[in-house]
Amino acid sequence: MNDVNLTSEQRAERLQGMGCKRKRVEDIRFVQGKGNYVDDLKLPGMLYGDFTRSPHGHARVKKIDTSKAAALPGVIAVLTAETLKTVNLAWMPTLAGDVQMVLADGKVLYQNQEVAFVIAEDRYTAADAADLVEVEYEPLPVNVDPLKAMAPDAPMIREDLKDKTDGAHGKRNHYNHVFNWQAGDKAATDAAFAKADVTIKELIVYPRVHPCPLETCQCVASFDKIRGELTLWGTFQAPHVIRTVGSLISKIPEHKIHVIAPDIGGGFGNKVGAYSGYICAIVASIVTGRPVKWVEDRIENLTTTAFARDFHMETEIAATKDGKVTALRCYTIADHGAFDACANATKWPAGLFSIISGSYDFPAAHVSVDGVYTNKAPGGVAYRCSFRVTEAAYAIERAMDILAQKLGMDPAELRMKNLIRREQFPYTSAFGWQYDSGDYHVALQKAMDTVGYKKLREEQKAKQDAFKRGETRELMGIGVAFFTEIVGAGPSRACDILGIAMFDSAEIRIHPTGTGICRLGTKSQGQGHETTYAQIIATELGLPADNITVEEGNTDTAPYGLGTYGSRSTPVSGAATAMACRKIKAKAQMIAAYMLEVHDDDLEWDVDRFRVKGNPERFKTMTELAWAAYHEVPPGMEPGLEAVNYYDPPNMTYPFGAYICVVDVDVDTGVTKVRRFYALDDCGTRINPMIIEGQIHGGLTEAFGIAMGQEIHYDEDGNVTTGSFLDYFLPTAVETPKWETDWTTTPSPHHPIGAKGVGESPNVGGVPCFANAVNDAFAFLGSTHIPMPHDHWRTWMAADKLGLHAS
Amino acid sequence: MAKTHITLKVNGKTVEALVEPRMLLIHFLREQLNLTGPHIGCETSHCGACTVDLDGKSVKSCTMFAVQANGAEVVTIEGMANADGTLHVLQEAFREMHGLQCGFCTPGMITRAHRLLQENSNPSEEEIRLGISGNLCRCTGYQNIVKAVQYAAAKLNGVAFQEAAE
Repeated sequence: MNDVNLTSEQRAERLQGMGCKRKRVEDIRFVQGKGNYVDDLKLPGMLYGDFTRSPHGHARVKKIDTSKAAALPGVIAVLTAETLKTVNLAWMPTLAGDVQMVLADGKVLYQNQEVAFVIAEDRYTAADAADLVEVEYEPLPVNVDPLKAMAPDAPMIREDLKDKTDGAHGKRNHYNHVFNWQAGDKAATDAAFAKADVTIKELIVYPRVHPCPLETCQCVASFDKIRGELTLWGTFQAPHVIRTVGSLISKIPEHKIHVIAPDIGGGFGNKVGAYSGYICAIVASIVTGRPVKWVEDRIENLTTTAFARDFHMETEIAATKDGKVTALRCYTIADHGAFDACANATKWPAGLFSIISGSYDFPAAHVSVDGVYTNKAPGGVAYRCSFRVTEAAYAIERAMDILAQKLGMDPAELRMKNLIRREQFPYTSAFGWQYDSGDYHVALQKAMDTVGYKKLREEQKAKQDAFKRGETRELMGIGVAFFTEIVGAGPSRACDILGIAMFDSAEIRIHPTGTGICRLGTKSQGQGHETTYAQIIATELGLPADNITVEEGNTDTAPYGLGTYGSRSTPVSGAATAMACRKIKAKAQMIAAYMLEVHDDDLEWDVDRFRVKGNPERFKTMTELAWAAYHEVPPGMEPGLEAVNYYDPPNMTYPFGAYICVVDVDVDTGVTKVRRFYALDDCGTRINPMIIEGQIHGGLTEAFGIAMGQEIHYDEDGNVTTGSFLDYFLPTAVETPKWETDWTTTPSPHHPIGAKGVGESPNVGGVPCFANAVNDAFAFLGSTHIPMPHDHWRTWMAADKLGLHAS
Repeated sequence: MAKTHITLKVNGKTVEALVEPRMLLIHFLREQLNLTGPHIGCETSHCGACTVDLDGKSVKSCTMFAVQANGAEVVTIEGMANADGTLHVLQEAFREMHGLQCGFCTPGMITRAHRLLQENSNPSEEEIRLGISGNLCRCTGYQNIVKAVQYAAAKLNGVAFQEAAE
């Protein structure tokens, strides 16, 4: 190819750098069934583990008899808490500073809790033997209601904490209390409420849901007794954290643990934590000297590994009579289940929930969150959102609609009136967050113009009139949501996990022929990192994206990083990638100057080359410079062309968006049809628009599932009643609406390439948008808040409660 | 447990094996034949990650015993590519239309889409959505999967693919 005849634009296009819809590298293996997922792994002599689980929500374990299970041919061993105690592993630390039973020790605290771990020659025998473990239980009173957890006579969940008045996050006020966490200015907030013209107050409950990736959690542990080394393959969103935690728990030196996360079949937060299955597989491999595989089934996944939400948010807004918000107050009870195994940055027991002031200019605000223990599974992960951000967005966006209703204002107009203005950025919120950039009014206006908002409201009014006249049984709802996320955790001054600062990393090595490899501390679970990181490098270094291999997930080769969740890969590792590229480029520039016999400063960058200023015919391409780096470096310079960057972000990033949804509700059946859903996202600089759009589609579909049907529900005896796909709603292609996507671009000023992160925003904005649409359909009848999920039955019930059905 | 002898054709090759009568077809394919393309996502026949083609029908191989496949002709995602090793038009379509993300549902989804197009060579969007409703995807929101099936249908029918206006 003759470079001389190509324009800069043509050369840039050839690179497939940032901004282009590059087809995904990963797909070649996935479409042929040649992905490499954990359960695909088969090692010589591999054994299989399976759990015996508790049928009770709360019970004392009187006796465990493993003799029948152990006697079954093909069974190698059975582990219980007693056996784990011999290696001091009956309990393990959680990411939230609590401890958690690996196997039931004296009590079971929730249904399906792990009681014994059976290891057998094949998975069928392991399942048989798990059924043969005989456990004698004495049932105890059960509490699954977080609002009753701190009652004086509530069943005590955690006897191990009985006398502990202090937890990992300060004082505990009750034996079922985990923590109290507050943010904002209480006095100023209370004062603003005292003199407010108008106030609203609503208990807004975000039910317990589950991220439910299509691949469940699983691992293979292989301990090499001769070397004293453990290799652990697993579904890990954060492989390095698993290695460090694994080392701290097992006392195996960290350099003797090799954690490998191969292809992951979706994560959505479910695969951040450390689970009993991992610990048991490790112990089983150490005990037997053979590799041990553990694979969750779907029921186990939905009922035991890392739920999300379960936030009960009493939300209040104070405002002037013309609709200017003056204060926000929120008191939340957070149900953490039986152990506090919440996946948050360690200093933030309620995550980044204080983003609850949202996109609005609140002069004063205060939140207080009490975490409580109940007889439910532990967890509390961010299901496709940054830590507790979707809870916050749901509360504020519902509350703004309720305020609009009380004021008799249009919900969009109320938002327009209170959105943070462009000239206020960088904006410090009432909770102290520094929003990096935004142009909110333009985004909302664009959304309203695109959907024809005014016309939709006119149509709705006409339909309401027709409904009142008895001419139709259908109601129309228009949902508006404007959200601001807080992602890219995070600055080391604010964020750590068990003391490890939440930086992330990239290590780039350019080979002599101008190809290269980039290794990172993050881990894709479907986001397409192998494609997009290479695009950043292509633009930064002028090497074709196709010539860059991107590798993640192997702790032996990847630089240390905190993994992929909370939309942090692009804001943190994306920045590290750009910064590492810039180190490489600086060195390449010196080599170019040496070769062209000019001063460094006499060179300028042109897409894929350094050229002499004023003499563009004289240049060295990056490919040429890569070769030169290995044989022709200036005297005194180290050969080679590689760099590593550990990026500690100066701030979080604040993606935002404006969503509008139109639904039609049949009041006699509760059937709710999504007529239209428009999503405008601003994630700053866009790396691959095709992948962004795909992420938005997927996130909206998850939001649709949550808002319209998902709930992990417990009956009062502690039985999970929605523990399989028979009753836990996952949308199919039939129910899923068609999505319209759009964007504005407001780069982050503090990020090297201006990117803010994307993928979780549709969950954050989508859930309140659906909820607002359904609520809006009924608002003219005086209804203020119908809680999620908005399935047909509940919607029918809501209509019934409003007296819309003939008696 | 006594084993049963079975003979079946998998991806064009005759396979003989001894299996426990209770062994599920998905485990037989994945663990005995090392065909790890079809995946396991549930145990209630809902997710469709294990979908394979059996005697011209889409079946969920997690809810069928290997012995029930005795004498059958089975095609998995590994048998989809063209004889010369190039991608099947549906495989190409999923990549072109960004119809996959984590890739876990993809083998089942493509296998199902293949059968759908055998049954109906020119399906409407509604027919595609209904036709793949036994296969769950947690990543894509289906919109681009629908597009991929339309793209493949157009290509198989020798007509130009036109993206519907959004």
